[in-house]
Amino acid sequence: MKPSTIAKDRILEISPPNIVIEQSRGWASLGLRDVWEYRELLGYLVWREIQGAYRQTALGVTWLFLRPIVNMLLLSFVFGTMVRVPSDDVPYPLFSLAALLPWGFFSNGVLRASRSLVDNMHVISKVYFPRMIIPVAGAASGLYDLAASLVILIIAMLIYRTPLRVEILWLPIFLIVALGFSLAVGLWLATLSVKYRDVSFAVTFLLQALMYMSPVIYPVSIVPQAIRFIYQLNPMTGVIQGFRWSLFGSGQPPEITFLLSIGLMILALVSGAYIFRRTERTVVDIL
Amino acid sequence: MNEHAIIAENLSKRYRIGRRIENHRSTASGLQKLLSPFAYLASTLREPEAEEILWALKDVTFSVRRGEAIGVIGRNGAGKSTLLKILSRITEPTSGRAVINGRVGSLLEVGTGFHPELTGRENIYLSGAILGMKRAEIDRKFDEIVAFAETERFLDTPVKRYSSGMYVRLAFAVAAHLEPEILLVDEVLAVGDAAFQKKCLGKMGDVATAGRTVLFVSHNMVAVQNLCSRAIWLDNGQIIEQGETHQVVAKYLSLGSQALSEQIWPDKETAPGNDRVRIHRLAVRPENGCPGDPISMDTPIVVEVEYWNLLPDEIIHSCLHFYTEQQVVAFTSAPIDSHPEVAQNAKQVGLYKEVCCIPGNLLNSGVHRVLLLMIRNTSKIVYRMEDSLTFEVLDLGDRAGAWYGKEPGFVRPILNWQVQRIE
Repeated sequence: MKPSTIAKDRILEISPPNIVIEQSRGWASLGLRDVWEYRELLGYLVWREIQGAYRQTALGVTWLFLRPIVNMLLLSFVFGTMVRVPSDDVPYPLFSLAALLPWGFFSNGVLRASRSLVDNMHVISKVYFPRMIIPVAGAASGLYDLAASLVILIIAMLIYRTPLRVEILWLPIFLIVALGFSLAVGLWLATLSVKYRDVSFAVTFLLQALMYMSPVIYPVSIVPQAIRFIYQLNPMTGVIQGFRWSLFGSGQPPEITFLLSIGLMILALVSGAYIFRRTERTVVDIL
Repeated sequence: MNEHAIIAENLSKRYRIGRRIENHRSTASGLQKLLSPFAYLASTLREPEAEEILWALKDVTFSVRRGEAIGVIGRNGAGKSTLLKILSRITEPTSGRAVINGRVGSLLEVGTGFHPELTGRENIYLSGAILGMKRAEIDRKFDEIVAFAETERFLDTPVKRYSSGMYVRLAFAVAAHLEPEILLVDEVLAVGDAAFQKKCLGKMGDVATAGRTVLFVSHNMVAVQNLCSRAIWLDNGQIIEQGETHQVVAKYLSLGSQALSEQIWPDKETAPGNDRVRIHRLAVRPENGCPGDPISMDTPIVVEVEYWNLLPDEIIHSCLHFYTEQQVVAFTSAPIDSHPEVAQNAKQVGLYKEVCCIPGNLLNSGVHRVLLLMIRNTSKIVYRMEDSLTFEVLDLGDRAGAWYGKEPGFVRPILNWQVQRIE
């Protein structure tokens, strides 16, 4: 053995990881370093979420594609053809798809994150790892839905011969906001779901309400000026607006209120993370 | 270098148990319940009252030296699992603290994180990651894990199609290759077939002799005595005794299972029963001993039932149902089995005693619960007592070829075999 290796071994022996276990008080740190240490597990959990869900289904991962397609067709038929909702001169299928993409990403993320703690109870009660990974994996698994919807969007844009715009480079920003918001809502709901199973009933209802309060089926332009300000505090409004603007140049680019809504989102995210940390210490005792 | 792997100081854990719910049957209370839908919300927000509090662990202080194997023994609900959960950081203590020096691997269950729809190969990675292994580490040990589990052929089969034995083997194999500096183990060994259990214990022994620290929670005195040099005896969340394993185990065996080996009700008016029959005394003991003395598998057991018969000319007798830990009736017995005349001879008012003798080498090891029935006219149950007695049959591992695990089955008789060469 080379002398250098011996020295290294000795250092490792002298300073082993020293874990102190005691009741944490007050606002402890978020423990993000711990989460980073376990990043591989995060990857596995996201992968398991999708792999596990679609095994032994006849259509398999096709479901990921089927959902946005069917949603798009339904919305186009009901709201585009029958109700004739204005769509800022963009073909309604494209108009709805541009909204369904971030919305599906957001709502699937919220749904999975909110029930993640209860669903993974058997694991949580038997082994330690930073619990934060579980809702994060739930929210991040929306990326699969996103990838599938993106493929459909590209095909649809090819069919409608939509020209590509430089503004498309803004899309990642809007996606990050959507991910942040879904994680924020997901963390809050996951924390609440530990004590109150009411959350599982409330979450679908909440998502439905939020969908009507976001410009998924209609353009922002028909929202009355009087409530426009409050309406735009919803981060998803800016996200969907931004998607349509950067993809087709339709409607307005997100206004200054979008920044305000991002601020609110960050507030919800940080507070959600802290409230989650406070609960995670004793989550096993309550569930 | 710090010579202690685990130092626990005054570890305490308080649990909040639900408030006792009175048996409301009236419509009024039902209505009341309907009208206050937020009762649950209110109950979670207020401070728990004294009667709702359970100390699962109270002021537990001990230390484990590096490289030492320590056993934690005690009855069900003594706080063993709570201690493990705190040390493996699954839950936090209410007060007190513990310091752990080294990488911890905890095995509280076999197959943590397995997903039934995924294949064996996928589950090795998933479960390994959940237990804290890095991908590179799993890659390196993959072949070893597969060989240990003996499931090469089924690597790409979803684990839900595995037999329970295969499932357990694979799950344990992943955990066994964790190679932590400190291993916390709950009674995961109570699964799998005999050969595999031996292999698991062998692997654990390797861990212990390789200079790593092991904290082993078990009911299995034989395994504890063989694997651990020191032991801690927990009861009601407190340490009763700690020290050298054989001393602690001996004390535990002599005092530990006293719980319901004898019950006496001296007063005929308040004794359990009804206006036909009241129970005076119940006891279970080894044939040549007192209630509370240890009962091992080869000890003949005596169960005594004393009762007051309160009505004249009654044909009445007791009947015992012996339940296993799985809450399955192992067998039933009544005096009329051996004395048919009991079914005809009417009893007068008075105190009666009925004694049941269970031969040694009949019951398998484990905790047995006795249900007492008082039977009138050989068929009608006039009184029923659920937890009349409990006793534990201990496996002292003194049979030839004994192994550490529990053999399956309700009974464990020694039968007469003939072994000969016929060709």
